[in-house]
Amino acid sequence: MKKKFFAFLMAVVMVFSLVACGGGGDDATTDDTGDTTEDTGDTGDSATTTTFKVGTIGPLTGENAIYGTAVANGAKIAVDEINAAGGDIQFELQSEDDVADGETSVNAYNNLMDWGMQLLVGPTTTGASVAVSSKCYEERTFMLTPSASSTDVTAGKDNVFQVCFTDPNQGTSSADYMAENMADAKIYVLYQNDDAYSQGIRDAFVTEAEAKGLNIVGEGTFTKDTATDFSVQLTAAQAAGADTMFLPMYYQPASVILNQANAMGYAPTFFGVDGMDGILTMEGFDASLAEGVMLLTPFSATLEENASFVQAYEDQFGETPNQFAADAYDAVYILKEALEAAGCTADMTTADICEALVPVMTTITHDGLTGKGMTWSADGAVSKDPTAFVIQDGVYVLPQ
Amino acid sequence: MKKLTIKRTTRTDFITYLGVIVAFLIMMFLRDQGVLNRSLTGQLVPICCYISMAISLNLTVGILGELSLGHAGFMSVGAFSGIITAMSLQSTIPYTPLRLAVAMVVGAIFAAIAGIIVGVPVLRLRGDYLAIVTLAFGEIIKDLINCLLVGYDSNGLHMALNLTGSKSITDLNLQPDGIAIIKGAQGATGTTTIASFTAGFVLVMITLVIVLNLVRSRTGRAVMAIRDNRIAAESVGINVTKYKLIAFVTSAALAGAAGALYGLNFSSLQATKFNFNTSILVLVFVVLGGLGNIWGSVIAATVLTILPEALRGFDDYRMLIYAIVLILVMLATNNSQAKALLGRIIPKRKGAETNG
Repeated sequence: MKKKFFAFLMAVVMVFSLVACGGGGDDATTDDTGDTTEDTGDTGDSATTTTFKVGTIGPLTGENAIYGTAVANGAKIAVDEINAAGGDIQFELQSEDDVADGETSVNAYNNLMDWGMQLLVGPTTTGASVAVSSKCYEERTFMLTPSASSTDVTAGKDNVFQVCFTDPNQGTSSADYMAENMADAKIYVLYQNDDAYSQGIRDAFVTEAEAKGLNIVGEGTFTKDTATDFSVQLTAAQAAGADTMFLPMYYQPASVILNQANAMGYAPTFFGVDGMDGILTMEGFDASLAEGVMLLTPFSATLEENASFVQAYEDQFGETPNQFAADAYDAVYILKEALEAAGCTADMTTADICEALVPVMTTITHDGLTGKGMTWSADGAVSKDPTAFVIQDGVYVLPQ
Repeated sequence: MKKLTIKRTTRTDFITYLGVIVAFLIMMFLRDQGVLNRSLTGQLVPICCYISMAISLNLTVGILGELSLGHAGFMSVGAFSGIITAMSLQSTIPYTPLRLAVAMVVGAIFAAIAGIIVGVPVLRLRGDYLAIVTLAFGEIIKDLINCLLVGYDSNGLHMALNLTGSKSITDLNLQPDGIAIIKGAQGATGTTTIASFTAGFVLVMITLVIVLNLVRSRTGRAVMAIRDNRIAAESVGINVTKYKLIAFVTSAALAGAAGALYGLNFSSLQATKFNFNTSILVLVFVVLGGLGNIWGSVIAATVLTILPEALRGFDDYRMLIYAIVLILVMLATNNSQAKALLGRIIPKRKGAETNG
């Protein structure tokens, strides 16, 4: 009897922990993705053989849900626009959840392939993308990731392309920007050393910073499990006299850092990269703390030329789009342009489309929300200019 | 006539073997016919790994009666040592199945060593210390592998521990022909995926044979005697620590082999994959399948791995439904009426239930 009770107790505990894990993201994203599914269903009804099946993969639940949801939403807006405008190329979209986990992401990919996916926009996060990209390479599925920024995603795979900058590119650009505009800064680098994205940018940043003679006064690290308290690192940064903190990380830990720095009255210039994007729309975060934060991102919702996309996004999903949504939006249009250039038709198999698109990708030039004149090299990396923005009054503006 | 009757436990064991073999053949057949959808095909190897994990954890939790909360730690050790082995032997052993086998054996050995390190001091103690220490072990392994930099070139293996966080893969000074195998937090990326469903099946069969034979042997009876009454076991001269260690290290080694197979099934693997949640996931398989019930673990691991994917139609609610299913299954299997019903259908089971 004792054993049974024990078993029952364990089960209850585990079930609750699972609910807690899975439920965290549910609240935030239910509304948005609810819409997505319904509308995707509509597109599905009118779908004939002339439509290309496009899949997106990203964390729709869990702690990185903002990214995955943004990608799914951004792609949806692009698909709706393209379908509404008519034309030879029509898309049908399905978005799958991968909780930013490699194994689940491969499962999501297989699920989409069962559905008949011909083109993949995703996955959203780096670790998951590396796992999926090698599947895509083996099986000749054309993959265009909106936001997975590691070079490992594209390395050695001719049919995998990126819309976002690579990690080294972001790190190098950040260092270059600092060398140019804030050469005297005393920089403290704080990064997450169990995260591929954070570590990748940090490595490139430090290498470039040394080459440019920037003054890095210290480095601090944290892990996923210690991302709730940064007082030690902040004190160290303050003691080292740092006046600039480089934060190559996602917005969630960054929000804690901003909070704690504010609480201890320490106000250096915070400098983030594209993972910082999303901090203003984070639930439960006082956006005024992000005032003066600088970040390197290719997209700003306040720029004139992006207004129609921002408006469409706000109308449909009730929030300002971030860079991930813009990347996904661009990704769909890039696919359209590449498909047109390659002369693909929707009745072609996934592998045939892939073979047709690979040589075309290096020849096209795309003007999108996240950059003008984007071009791709054969190794899959995009070439476009990052722009530094500073957060003022809750919006991104160009620094003076 | 009496000679022909087989013991009930032996019969159960053979039915378990048979079930796994039949399931394997059916899946192979379906896959070759192209009937099986890709979603399920892609999960075959992870399912085999999780089955193996669940069986091996059942040996610790169900048979030995000690709670282990860091089984994913052993899987992690096995996975990364297996990846290193497989990647560095690429040119030495071009024959993939052999390389996979070697990688899994190495994974098992390293996990066994980790098991001995954890087990020797802790299994001497009474109480729930193993749960606490294995919990810590899982976290330590995760952090250690996050610091680990491993590369391979013509000069052999290069390793470095990035404890200060300031080193990167370039500090290994690899030759131009070298490959980076584990890049700290980025984990193992660019792994050549050599795992196959057949290997998964062989792993499950080996795990079953080892665990079932261990349980039915003299050693297994000693282990269960310790679980049921430690003092009585000691009084008849059973070396408690020795038998506990045998069970625990076997369990760790099997988890290591499963980890190696798992690691070689994905081209990218981070240490954070093997976190506390993964340990608990495996423990859920064991508890739901029934403590000490080997075929129960096999079924629970299979069903609960497929379930979240099968529930994709529910979108964001799938993990919620997954949890509800868990609760319902738990209630159903603990329901005395359901058991009485089962007892009426299979009268012999009634005796078995009261043992538990």
